[in-house]
Amino acid sequence: MSDEMYGAAIKDLAAREPVSLAHPDKSVTLDNPLCGDRVSLGLRLEGGRVAALGHGVKGCLLCKAASSVAAEQALGLDAAGAAQLLDQVRGMLKTGGEPAFPALAAFLPVRPHKSRHDCVLLPFKALSKALRP
Amino acid sequence: MSQTIRAAFPALSRPGFHYLDNAAMAQIPGLVSEAIASLNRVARSNVRRGLHEAALRADEAYDSARATVGRFLNAPAEEVVFTGGCTLALNMAAWGLGRKLGPGDEVALSRLEHHSACLPWMSLAEDRGFAIRWLPVTHEGRLDLDHLGAIVTPCCKVVAVTHASNVTGAVSDLPRLAEAAHGVGARLVVDGAQMVPHGRVDPRSLGADLYAFSGHKAYGPTGIGVLWGRAEVLQSMTPMVVGGGMVDAVGDDDVTWADPPHRFEAGTPPVAQAVGLAAALDWMMSLDGQEIHQQEAALTWHLLDGLGSMAGVKIVGPRGLEARVPVVSFTVEGCHPHDLAHLLAERGVAVRGGAHCARPLMAALGLEEGTLRASLAPYSDRSDVEALLVGLAEAVKVLR
Repeated sequence: MSDEMYGAAIKDLAAREPVSLAHPDKSVTLDNPLCGDRVSLGLRLEGGRVAALGHGVKGCLLCKAASSVAAEQALGLDAAGAAQLLDQVRGMLKTGGEPAFPALAAFLPVRPHKSRHDCVLLPFKALSKALRP
Repeated sequence: MSQTIRAAFPALSRPGFHYLDNAAMAQIPGLVSEAIASLNRVARSNVRRGLHEAALRADEAYDSARATVGRFLNAPAEEVVFTGGCTLALNMAAWGLGRKLGPGDEVALSRLEHHSACLPWMSLAEDRGFAIRWLPVTHEGRLDLDHLGAIVTPCCKVVAVTHASNVTGAVSDLPRLAEAAHGVGARLVVDGAQMVPHGRVDPRSLGADLYAFSGHKAYGPTGIGVLWGRAEVLQSMTPMVVGGGMVDAVGDDDVTWADPPHRFEAGTPPVAQAVGLAAALDWMMSLDGQEIHQQEAALTWHLLDGLGSMAGVKIVGPRGLEARVPVVSFTVEGCHPHDLAHLLAERGVAVRGGAHCARPLMAALGLEEGTLRASLAPYSDRSDVEALLVGLAEAVKVLR
Protein backbone atom coordinates (compact mmCIF):
# COMPACT_ATOMS: atom_id res chain seq x y z
CA MET A 1 0.00 0.00 0.00
CA SER A 2 1.48 3.35 -0.99
CA ASP A 3 -0.63 5.57 1.24
CA GLU A 4 2.61 6.70 2.88
CA MET A 5 3.51 8.35 -0.42
CA TYR A 6 0.96 10.96 0.51
CA GLY A 7 2.55 11.77 3.85
CA ALA A 8 2.69 15.10 5.63
CA ALA A 9 5.91 16.20 3.93
CA ILE A 10 4.45 15.86 0.43
CA LYS A 11 1.14 17.42 1.45
CA ASP A 12 2.88 20.40 3.02
CA LEU A 13 4.95 20.98 -0.10
CA ALA A 14 1.89 20.65 -2.31
CA ALA A 15 -0.08 23.09 -0.18
CA ARG A 16 2.39 25.93 -0.71
CA GLU A 17 0.91 28.68 -2.80
CA PRO A 18 2.58 29.10 -6.19
CA VAL A 19 3.93 32.57 -6.86
CA SER A 20 3.42 34.56 -10.00
CA LEU A 21 5.99 36.71 -11.77
CA ALA A 22 5.10 39.67 -13.93
CA HIS A 23 7.02 40.22 -17.18
CA PRO A 24 9.32 37.18 -17.07
CA ASP A 25 12.35 37.07 -19.36
CA LYS A 26 11.59 33.45 -20.18
CA SER A 27 8.53 31.31 -19.75
CA VAL A 28 7.74 27.71 -20.47
CA THR A 29 4.75 25.40 -20.11
CA LEU A 30 5.17 21.65 -20.01
CA ASP A 31 2.48 18.95 -19.99
CA ASN A 32 2.43 15.36 -18.87
CA PRO A 33 0.02 13.88 -21.40
CA LEU A 34 -0.56 10.75 -19.31
CA CYS A 35 -2.37 12.49 -16.48
CA GLY A 36 -2.80 16.01 -17.75
CA ASP A 37 -0.39 17.65 -15.32
CA ARG A 38 0.68 21.08 -16.53
CA VAL A 39 3.54 23.16 -15.15
CA SER A 40 4.09 26.78 -16.16
CA LEU A 41 7.25 28.65 -15.20
CA GLY A 42 8.27 32.26 -15.64
CA LEU A 43 11.88 33.26 -15.02
CA ARG A 44 13.72 36.54 -14.56
CA LEU A 45 17.37 36.08 -15.46
CA GLU A 46 20.52 37.92 -14.51
CA GLY A 47 23.73 36.80 -16.18
CA GLY A 48 22.06 33.59 -17.33
CA ARG A 49 21.03 32.66 -13.77
CA VAL A 50 17.57 32.59 -12.23
CA ALA A 51 17.01 35.81 -10.26
CA ALA A 52 13.28 35.38 -9.71
CA LEU A 53 10.75 32.72 -10.54
CA GLY A 54 7.00 32.38 -10.84
CA HIS A 55 5.26 29.06 -11.22
CA GLY A 56 1.83 27.58 -11.60
CA VAL A 57 0.67 23.97 -11.54
CA LYS A 58 -2.47 22.27 -12.75
CA GLY A 59 -1.78 18.79 -11.62
CA CYS A 60 -1.69 16.06 -9.06
CA LEU A 61 -0.42 16.36 -5.54
CA LEU A 62 3.01 14.94 -6.40
CA CYS A 63 3.45 17.42 -9.23
CA LYS A 64 2.42 20.33 -7.02
CA ALA A 65 4.85 19.26 -4.30
CA ALA A 66 7.66 18.81 -6.81
CA SER A 67 6.94 22.22 -8.27
CA SER A 68 7.40 23.83 -4.85
CA VAL A 69 10.79 22.14 -4.47
CA ALA A 70 11.86 23.07 -8.00
CA ALA A 71 10.91 26.69 -7.36
CA GLU A 72 12.96 26.76 -4.14
CA GLN A 73 15.99 25.23 -5.75
CA ALA A 74 15.87 27.29 -8.93
CA LEU A 75 17.19 30.59 -7.58
CA GLY A 76 20.74 31.15 -8.74
CA LEU A 77 20.80 28.23 -11.15
CA ASP A 78 22.03 28.48 -14.72
CA ALA A 79 21.30 26.01 -17.53
CA ALA A 80 23.95 23.54 -16.36
CA GLY A 81 22.73 23.76 -12.78
CA ALA A 82 19.10 23.11 -13.80
CA ALA A 83 20.18 20.11 -15.87
CA GLN A 84 22.14 18.79 -12.89
CA LEU A 85 19.13 19.27 -10.62
CA LEU A 86 16.96 17.29 -13.03
CA ASP A 87 19.58 14.53 -13.13
CA GLN A 88 19.65 14.43 -9.33
CA VAL A 89 15.89 14.00 -9.07
CA ARG A 90 15.81 11.47 -11.91
CA GLY A 91 18.70 9.55 -10.39
CA MET A 92 17.01 9.38 -7.00
CA LEU A 93 13.78 8.09 -8.50
CA LYS A 94 15.07 5.76 -11.17
CA THR A 95 18.45 4.46 -10.12
CA GLY A 96 18.23 4.56 -6.34
CA GLY A 97 20.47 7.58 -5.78
CA GLU A 98 20.42 9.29 -2.41
CA PRO A 99 18.47 12.56 -2.10
CA ALA A 100 20.86 15.35 -3.13
CA PHE A 101 19.27 17.75 -0.63
CA PRO A 102 16.86 17.26 2.29
CA ALA A 103 13.64 18.36 0.58
CA LEU A 104 14.01 15.62 -2.04
CA ALA A 105 13.67 12.95 0.63
CA ALA A 106 9.92 13.59 0.69
CA PHE A 107 9.77 11.90 -2.71
CA LEU A 108 11.56 8.70 -1.73
CA PRO A 109 8.25 6.78 -1.37
CA VAL A 110 7.54 7.54 -5.05
CA ARG A 111 10.56 5.47 -6.11
CA PRO A 112 8.74 2.10 -6.49
CA HIS A 113 5.90 3.68 -8.48
CA LYS A 114 7.37 4.12 -11.94
CA SER A 115 4.13 5.44 -13.42
CA ARG A 116 4.35 8.42 -11.03
CA HIS A 117 7.97 9.41 -11.68
CA ASP A 118 6.95 11.80 -14.44
CA CYS A 119 4.61 13.63 -12.04
CA VAL A 120 7.63 14.50 -9.89
CA LEU A 121 10.01 15.14 -12.77
CA LEU A 122 7.75 17.49 -14.74
CA PRO A 123 8.58 20.74 -12.85
CA PHE A 124 12.32 19.96 -12.97
CA LYS A 125 12.08 19.23 -16.69
CA ALA A 126 10.26 22.53 -17.17
CA LEU A 127 12.98 24.41 -15.30
CA SER A 128 15.72 22.77 -17.33
CA LYS A 129 13.88 23.47 -20.57
CA ALA A 130 13.31 27.12 -19.63
CA LEU A 131 17.02 27.68 -19.03
CA ARG A 132 18.27 25.76 -22.05
CA PRO A 133 19.94 28.16 -24.50
CA MET B 1 -25.60 -13.74 -14.82
CA SER B 2 -22.44 -11.69 -14.32
CA GLN B 3 -20.87 -14.61 -12.40
CA THR B 4 -21.35 -16.99 -15.34
CA ILE B 5 -19.90 -14.40 -17.68
CA ARG B 6 -17.08 -13.58 -15.29
CA ALA B 7 -16.00 -17.20 -15.22
CA ALA B 8 -15.25 -16.99 -18.95
CA PHE B 9 -12.56 -14.35 -18.34
CA PRO B 10 -9.33 -15.81 -16.91
CA ALA B 11 -7.94 -12.39 -15.93
CA LEU B 12 -10.85 -11.82 -13.56
CA SER B 13 -10.16 -14.89 -11.43
CA ARG B 14 -7.55 -13.02 -9.40
CA PRO B 15 -8.99 -12.41 -5.90
CA GLY B 16 -9.38 -8.76 -5.00
CA PHE B 17 -9.06 -7.56 -8.58
CA HIS B 18 -11.81 -5.11 -9.53
CA TYR B 19 -11.49 -4.09 -13.15
CA LEU B 20 -13.43 -0.92 -13.93
CA ASP B 21 -11.31 0.39 -16.79
CA ASN B 22 -13.27 -1.27 -19.57
CA ALA B 23 -13.66 1.92 -21.59
CA ALA B 24 -9.89 1.82 -22.12
CA MET B 25 -9.61 -1.90 -22.71
CA ALA B 26 -11.94 -4.77 -21.94
CA GLN B 27 -10.73 -8.13 -20.70
CA ILE B 28 -10.68 -11.06 -23.09
CA PRO B 29 -12.61 -14.33 -22.74
CA GLY B 30 -10.58 -17.54 -22.76
CA LEU B 31 -12.37 -18.71 -25.88
CA VAL B 32 -11.08 -15.68 -27.79
CA SER B 33 -7.49 -16.41 -26.77
CA GLU B 34 -8.03 -20.00 -27.85
CA ALA B 35 -9.47 -18.97 -31.23
CA ILE B 36 -6.33 -16.93 -31.90
CA ALA B 37 -4.04 -19.71 -30.71
CA SER B 38 -5.92 -22.25 -32.81
CA LEU B 39 -5.58 -20.17 -35.95
CA ASN B 40 -1.87 -19.85 -35.37
CA ARG B 41 -1.60 -23.61 -34.86
CA VAL B 42 -3.48 -24.81 -37.94
CA ALA B 43 -3.95 -21.92 -40.35
CA ARG B 44 -1.05 -19.51 -40.02
CA SER B 45 -0.63 -18.16 -43.50
CA ASN B 46 -1.08 -15.00 -45.46
CA VAL B 47 -4.54 -14.50 -46.95
CA ARG B 48 -5.72 -14.05 -50.55
CA ARG B 49 -2.31 -15.08 -51.86
CA GLY B 50 -1.55 -18.76 -51.33
CA LEU B 51 -2.88 -22.04 -52.72
CA HIS B 52 -1.63 -24.42 -50.05
CA GLU B 53 -3.73 -25.93 -47.31
CA ALA B 54 -2.79 -23.48 -44.56
CA ALA B 55 -3.49 -20.56 -46.89
CA LEU B 56 -6.92 -21.91 -47.75
CA ARG B 57 -7.74 -22.36 -44.09
CA ALA B 58 -6.56 -18.82 -43.35
CA ASP B 59 -8.68 -17.48 -46.21
CA GLU B 60 -11.69 -19.28 -44.84
CA ALA B 61 -11.10 -18.06 -41.29
CA TYR B 62 -10.57 -14.47 -42.40
CA ASP B 63 -13.64 -14.42 -44.65
CA SER B 64 -15.67 -16.01 -41.91
CA ALA B 65 -14.50 -13.36 -39.44
CA ARG B 66 -15.66 -10.64 -41.81
CA ALA B 67 -19.05 -12.32 -42.13
CA THR B 68 -19.36 -12.48 -38.33
CA VAL B 69 -18.67 -8.77 -37.98
CA GLY B 70 -21.25 -8.20 -40.71
CA ARG B 71 -23.83 -10.19 -38.72
CA PHE B 72 -23.04 -8.17 -35.60
CA LEU B 73 -23.62 -4.94 -37.55
CA ASN B 74 -26.54 -6.30 -39.58
CA ALA B 75 -24.53 -5.52 -42.70
CA PRO B 76 -23.14 -7.36 -45.71
CA ALA B 77 -19.59 -8.63 -45.24
CA GLU B 78 -18.43 -6.49 -48.18
CA GLU B 79 -19.12 -3.40 -46.10
CA VAL B 80 -16.76 -4.49 -43.33
CA VAL B 81 -13.16 -3.27 -43.51
CA PHE B 82 -10.64 -4.69 -41.04
CA THR B 83 -8.15 -2.11 -39.80
CA GLY B 84 -5.37 -2.00 -37.26
CA GLY B 85 -7.68 -0.34 -34.74
CA CYS B 86 -10.39 2.25 -34.29
CA THR B 87 -7.92 5.13 -34.51
CA LEU B 88 -6.73 3.94 -37.89
CA ALA B 89 -10.33 3.38 -39.02
CA LEU B 90 -11.24 6.96 -38.08
CA ASN B 91 -8.15 8.32 -39.84
CA MET B 92 -9.10 6.32 -42.92
CA ALA B 93 -12.61 7.76 -42.77
CA ALA B 94 -11.29 11.31 -42.53
CA TRP B 95 -8.83 10.80 -45.35
CA GLY B 96 -11.38 9.05 -47.55
CA LEU B 97 -14.02 11.74 -47.17
CA GLY B 98 -11.92 14.78 -46.38
CA ARG B 99 -8.90 14.85 -48.62
CA LYS B 100 -10.75 16.57 -51.43
CA LEU B 101 -12.38 19.19 -49.22
CA GLY B 102 -11.04 22.72 -49.26
CA PRO B 103 -11.72 26.35 -48.46
CA GLY B 104 -15.43 27.04 -48.12
CA ASP B 105 -16.18 23.50 -46.93
CA GLU B 106 -16.94 22.67 -43.34
CA VAL B 107 -16.77 19.61 -41.11
CA ALA B 108 -18.87 19.49 -37.96
CA LEU B 109 -17.24 17.78 -34.97
CA SER B 110 -18.81 17.18 -31.61
CA ARG B 111 -17.03 18.34 -28.48
CA LEU B 112 -17.55 14.86 -27.08
CA GLU B 113 -14.98 13.40 -29.45
CA HIS B 114 -11.98 11.34 -28.45
CA HIS B 115 -8.77 12.71 -29.96
CA SER B 116 -8.73 9.74 -32.32
CA ALA B 117 -11.96 11.03 -33.83
CA CYS B 118 -11.32 14.77 -33.94
CA LEU B 119 -7.57 15.04 -34.61
CA PRO B 120 -7.70 13.38 -38.06
CA TRP B 121 -10.16 16.08 -39.16
CA MET B 122 -8.29 18.92 -37.46
CA SER B 123 -5.03 17.82 -39.05
CA LEU B 124 -6.63 17.53 -42.48
CA ALA B 125 -8.38 20.90 -42.08
CA GLU B 126 -5.03 22.59 -41.43
CA ASP B 127 -3.64 21.04 -44.59
CA ARG B 128 -6.63 21.49 -46.91
CA GLY B 129 -8.07 24.74 -45.65
CA PHE B 130 -11.59 23.64 -44.78
CA ALA B 131 -13.22 24.82 -41.55
CA ILE B 132 -14.10 22.89 -38.39
CA ARG B 133 -17.39 23.73 -36.69
CA TRP B 134 -17.88 22.39 -33.17
CA LEU B 135 -21.15 20.94 -31.97
CA PRO B 136 -21.49 22.09 -28.34
CA VAL B 137 -22.30 20.03 -25.28
CA THR B 138 -24.78 20.62 -22.49
CA HIS B 139 -23.64 21.04 -18.88
CA GLU B 140 -24.62 17.37 -18.48
CA GLY B 141 -22.06 16.29 -21.04
CA ARG B 142 -24.53 15.45 -23.80
CA LEU B 143 -24.47 16.76 -27.33
CA ASP B 144 -26.48 19.98 -27.50
CA LEU B 145 -28.50 19.64 -30.69
CA ASP B 146 -30.63 22.76 -30.23
CA HIS B 147 -28.51 24.70 -32.69
CA LEU B 148 -27.78 21.85 -35.06
CA GLY B 149 -29.28 23.71 -38.01
CA ALA B 150 -26.95 26.66 -37.50
CA ILE B 151 -23.87 24.45 -37.58
CA VAL B 152 -24.80 21.81 -40.12
CA THR B 153 -25.37 24.08 -43.11
CA PRO B 154 -24.98 23.46 -46.86
CA CYS B 155 -21.25 24.20 -46.42
CA CYS B 156 -21.01 21.13 -44.19
CA LYS B 157 -19.70 18.05 -45.94
CA VAL B 158 -19.18 15.72 -42.97
CA VAL B 159 -20.60 15.41 -39.48
CA ALA B 160 -18.36 13.36 -37.19
CA VAL B 161 -19.69 12.29 -33.81
CA THR B 162 -19.21 9.66 -31.18
CA HIS B 163 -22.01 7.15 -30.67
CA ALA B 164 -21.28 7.08 -26.93
CA SER B 165 -18.92 9.40 -25.07
CA ASN B 166 -15.84 7.81 -23.54
CA VAL B 167 -16.06 10.40 -20.74
CA THR B 168 -19.70 11.02 -19.88
CA GLY B 169 -21.22 7.83 -21.28
CA ALA B 170 -23.87 9.91 -23.08
CA VAL B 171 -25.30 8.26 -26.19
CA SER B 172 -25.71 10.54 -29.20
CA ASP B 173 -28.98 10.86 -31.07
CA LEU B 174 -27.67 9.44 -34.34
CA PRO B 175 -30.97 9.48 -36.29
CA ARG B 176 -31.36 13.20 -35.62
CA LEU B 177 -27.74 13.89 -36.54
CA ALA B 178 -28.11 11.78 -39.68
CA GLU B 179 -31.22 13.69 -40.71
CA ALA B 180 -29.38 17.00 -40.30
CA ALA B 181 -26.29 15.75 -42.13
CA HIS B 182 -28.11 14.09 -45.00
CA GLY B 183 -30.43 17.09 -45.30
CA VAL B 184 -27.49 19.17 -46.52
CA GLY B 185 -25.78 16.36 -48.42
CA ALA B 186 -23.16 15.67 -45.73
CA ARG B 187 -21.92 12.27 -44.57
CA LEU B 188 -22.26 11.04 -40.99
CA VAL B 189 -19.11 9.43 -39.53
CA VAL B 190 -19.55 7.70 -36.18
CA ASP B 191 -17.02 6.56 -33.59
CA GLY B 192 -18.63 3.47 -32.09
CA ALA B 193 -15.75 2.42 -29.84
CA GLN B 194 -17.73 2.86 -26.61
CA MET B 195 -21.08 1.59 -27.92
CA VAL B 196 -20.17 -1.74 -29.48
CA PRO B 197 -18.97 -3.33 -26.20
CA HIS B 198 -22.51 -3.06 -24.85
CA GLY B 199 -24.45 -4.87 -27.57
CA ARG B 200 -25.19 -5.23 -31.25
CA VAL B 201 -25.35 -2.09 -33.36
CA ASP B 202 -27.07 -1.51 -36.69
CA PRO B 203 -25.26 1.55 -38.07
CA ARG B 204 -27.24 1.63 -41.30
CA SER B 205 -30.58 1.87 -39.54
CA LEU B 206 -29.17 4.60 -37.29
CA GLY B 207 -28.25 6.68 -40.34
CA ALA B 208 -24.47 6.38 -40.21
CA ASP B 209 -22.45 6.43 -43.41
CA LEU B 210 -19.23 5.22 -41.80
CA TYR B 211 -18.94 3.54 -38.39
CA ALA B 212 -15.71 2.61 -36.62
CA PHE B 213 -14.92 0.54 -33.56
CA SER B 214 -12.02 -1.25 -31.96
CA GLY B 215 -11.48 -4.87 -31.04
CA HIS B 216 -9.78 -4.46 -27.69
CA LYS B 217 -12.74 -2.63 -26.16
CA ALA B 218 -15.13 -5.32 -27.44
CA TYR B 219 -13.50 -8.31 -25.66
CA GLY B 220 -11.25 -8.97 -28.65
CA PRO B 221 -7.50 -8.67 -29.12
CA THR B 222 -5.50 -5.50 -29.64
CA GLY B 223 -4.38 -4.50 -33.12
CA ILE B 224 -7.76 -4.88 -34.78
CA GLY B 225 -10.54 -2.45 -35.58
CA VAL B 226 -13.39 -2.17 -38.02
CA LEU B 227 -14.52 0.49 -40.43
CA TRP B 228 -18.02 -0.24 -41.64
CA GLY B 229 -19.34 1.84 -44.51
CA ARG B 230 -22.34 1.92 -46.77
CA ALA B 231 -21.23 0.25 -49.99
CA GLU B 232 -21.68 3.39 -52.06
CA VAL B 233 -19.73 5.49 -49.55
CA LEU B 234 -16.80 3.05 -49.40
CA GLN B 235 -16.84 2.86 -53.20
CA SER B 236 -16.47 6.66 -53.40
CA MET B 237 -13.45 6.73 -51.08
CA THR B 238 -9.77 6.55 -51.94
CA PRO B 239 -7.53 4.56 -49.62
CA MET B 240 -5.22 6.23 -47.12
CA VAL B 241 -2.81 3.31 -46.96
CA VAL B 242 -1.68 1.66 -50.21
CA GLY B 243 0.30 -1.47 -50.88
CA GLY B 244 -0.10 -5.13 -51.69
CA GLY B 245 -3.48 -6.76 -52.09
CA MET B 246 -5.60 -3.65 -52.63
CA VAL B 247 -5.31 -3.00 -56.37
CA ASP B 248 -6.84 -4.58 -59.46
CA ALA B 249 -4.24 -3.25 -61.89
CA VAL B 250 -0.96 -1.37 -61.70
CA GLY B 251 0.48 0.30 -64.78
CA ASP B 252 3.42 2.64 -65.21
CA ASP B 253 1.19 5.67 -64.88
CA ASP B 254 -2.01 4.53 -63.26
CA VAL B 255 -3.55 2.13 -60.81
CA THR B 256 -7.01 0.70 -60.42
CA TRP B 257 -8.06 0.23 -56.83
CA ALA B 258 -9.74 -3.01 -55.85
CA ASP B 259 -13.34 -2.84 -54.75
CA PRO B 260 -14.05 -2.42 -51.04
CA PRO B 261 -13.37 -3.87 -48.59
CA HIS B 262 -10.01 -5.03 -50.02
CA ARG B 263 -9.25 -1.53 -51.28
CA PHE B 264 -8.74 -0.49 -47.67
CA GLU B 265 -6.70 -3.47 -46.49
CA ALA B 266 -3.23 -2.88 -47.91
CA GLY B 267 -0.52 -5.33 -46.95
CA THR B 268 -0.90 -8.39 -44.79
CA PRO B 269 -4.07 -7.91 -42.77
CA PRO B 270 -4.34 -8.73 -39.06
CA VAL B 271 -5.70 -12.22 -39.69
CA ALA B 272 -5.39 -13.69 -36.20
CA GLN B 273 -6.74 -10.51 -34.64
CA ALA B 274 -9.73 -10.53 -37.01
CA VAL B 275 -10.46 -14.13 -36.05
CA GLY B 276 -10.16 -13.19 -32.38
CA LEU B 277 -12.50 -10.24 -32.81
CA ALA B 278 -15.03 -12.44 -34.57
CA ALA B 279 -14.88 -14.91 -31.68
CA ALA B 280 -15.48 -12.05 -29.25
CA LEU B 281 -18.46 -10.74 -31.22
CA ASP B 282 -19.84 -14.26 -31.54
CA TRP B 283 -19.55 -14.55 -27.77
CA MET B 284 -21.40 -11.26 -27.34
CA MET B 285 -24.15 -12.38 -29.72
CA SER B 286 -24.57 -15.54 -27.66
CA LEU B 287 -25.60 -13.46 -24.63
CA ASP B 288 -29.09 -12.20 -23.92
CA GLY B 289 -28.72 -8.56 -24.93
CA GLN B 290 -31.73 -7.40 -22.94
CA GLU B 291 -30.52 -9.11 -19.80
CA ILE B 292 -27.05 -7.61 -20.20
CA HIS B 293 -28.55 -4.17 -20.68
CA GLN B 294 -30.65 -4.49 -17.50
CA GLN B 295 -27.72 -5.81 -15.50
CA GLU B 296 -25.43 -2.98 -16.63
CA ALA B 297 -28.16 -0.42 -15.96
CA ALA B 298 -28.76 -1.70 -12.42
CA LEU B 299 -25.06 -1.59 -11.66
CA THR B 300 -24.68 1.87 -13.19
CA TRP B 301 -27.51 3.11 -11.00
CA HIS B 302 -25.83 1.63 -7.92
CA LEU B 303 -22.60 3.38 -8.90
CA LEU B 304 -24.28 6.74 -9.60
CA ASP B 305 -26.24 6.49 -6.37
CA GLY B 306 -23.17 5.60 -4.32
CA LEU B 307 -21.05 8.35 -5.81
CA GLY B 308 -23.87 10.86 -5.50
CA SER B 309 -24.10 10.24 -1.77
CA MET B 310 -20.41 10.97 -1.16
CA ALA B 311 -19.46 14.48 -0.04
CA GLY B 312 -17.55 16.47 -2.63
CA VAL B 313 -18.20 14.06 -5.50
CA LYS B 314 -19.58 15.54 -8.70
CA ILE B 315 -20.79 13.33 -11.53
CA VAL B 316 -19.56 14.52 -14.92
CA GLY B 317 -22.26 13.36 -17.29
CA PRO B 318 -25.86 12.25 -17.16
CA ARG B 319 -27.07 11.43 -13.67
CA GLY B 320 -29.74 9.09 -14.95
CA LEU B 321 -29.86 5.92 -17.01
CA GLU B 322 -31.52 7.27 -20.13
CA ALA B 323 -29.44 7.14 -23.33
CA ARG B 324 -26.15 6.25 -21.73
CA VAL B 325 -23.59 3.47 -21.59
CA PRO B 326 -22.11 2.33 -18.25
CA VAL B 327 -19.23 4.78 -18.33
CA VAL B 328 -19.27 7.12 -15.34
CA SER B 329 -16.91 10.06 -14.86
CA PHE B 330 -16.67 12.12 -11.73
CA THR B 331 -14.51 14.54 -9.78
CA VAL B 332 -13.80 14.74 -6.07
CA GLU B 333 -13.34 18.18 -4.57
CA GLY B 334 -9.77 18.80 -3.46
CA CYS B 335 -8.42 15.55 -4.90
CA HIS B 336 -6.68 15.16 -8.22
CA PRO B 337 -8.01 12.25 -10.33
CA HIS B 338 -4.53 10.86 -10.85
CA ASP B 339 -3.84 10.66 -7.10
CA LEU B 340 -7.19 8.96 -6.56
CA ALA B 341 -6.60 6.48 -9.40
CA HIS B 342 -3.23 5.60 -7.86
CA LEU B 343 -4.67 4.99 -4.39
CA LEU B 344 -7.57 2.98 -5.84
CA ALA B 345 -5.12 0.84 -7.80
CA GLU B 346 -3.36 0.09 -4.53
CA ARG B 347 -6.71 -1.25 -3.33
CA GLY B 348 -7.17 -3.50 -6.35
CA VAL B 349 -9.58 -1.18 -8.12
CA ALA B 350 -8.62 -0.37 -11.71
CA VAL B 351 -10.06 2.94 -12.93
CA ARG B 352 -8.74 5.68 -15.17
CA GLY B 353 -7.88 9.23 -14.15
CA GLY B 354 -7.12 12.06 -16.54
CA ALA B 355 -8.46 13.81 -19.59
CA HIS B 356 -9.31 10.55 -21.40
CA CYS B 357 -7.94 11.90 -24.71
CA ALA B 358 -10.86 14.32 -24.81
CA ARG B 359 -9.35 17.77 -24.34
CA PRO B 360 -12.05 19.64 -26.30
CA LEU B 361 -14.68 18.23 -23.93
CA MET B 362 -12.59 18.90 -20.82
CA ALA B 363 -12.16 22.52 -21.92
CA ALA B 364 -15.89 22.91 -22.58
CA LEU B 365 -16.76 21.53 -19.14
CA GLY B 366 -14.01 23.46 -17.35
CA LEU B 367 -12.26 20.30 -16.20
CA GLU B 368 -8.59 21.11 -16.71
CA GLU B 369 -7.50 18.38 -14.30
CA GLY B 370 -9.68 15.72 -15.91
CA THR B 371 -11.93 13.22 -14.21
CA LEU B 372 -11.88 9.82 -12.62
CA ARG B 373 -13.70 7.30 -14.77
CA ALA B 374 -15.23 3.95 -13.87
CA SER B 375 -16.48 1.91 -16.81
CA LEU B 376 -18.45 -1.30 -16.56
CA ALA B 377 -18.77 -4.42 -18.70
CA PRO B 378 -21.12 -7.42 -18.67
CA TYR B 379 -18.77 -9.19 -16.24
CA SER B 380 -18.80 -6.31 -13.73
CA ASP B 381 -20.66 -7.03 -10.52
CA ARG B 382 -21.76 -5.39 -7.31
CA SER B 383 -18.51 -6.27 -5.55
CA ASP B 384 -16.60 -4.20 -8.12
CA VAL B 385 -18.75 -1.14 -7.48
CA GLU B 386 -18.59 -1.65 -3.72
CA ALA B 387 -14.81 -1.91 -3.86
CA LEU B 388 -14.69 1.36 -5.78
CA LEU B 389 -16.95 3.18 -3.35
CA VAL B 390 -15.14 1.90 -0.25
CA GLY B 391 -11.72 2.47 -1.82
CA LEU B 392 -12.65 5.97 -2.91
CA ALA B 393 -13.72 6.95 0.60
CA GLU B 394 -10.39 5.66 1.94
CA ALA B 395 -8.38 7.38 -0.79
CA VAL B 396 -10.05 10.70 -0.12
CA LYS B 397 -9.15 10.38 3.58
CA VAL B 398 -5.52 9.75 2.66
CA LEU B 399 -5.37 12.82 0.45
CA ARG B 400 -7.17 15.28 2.72
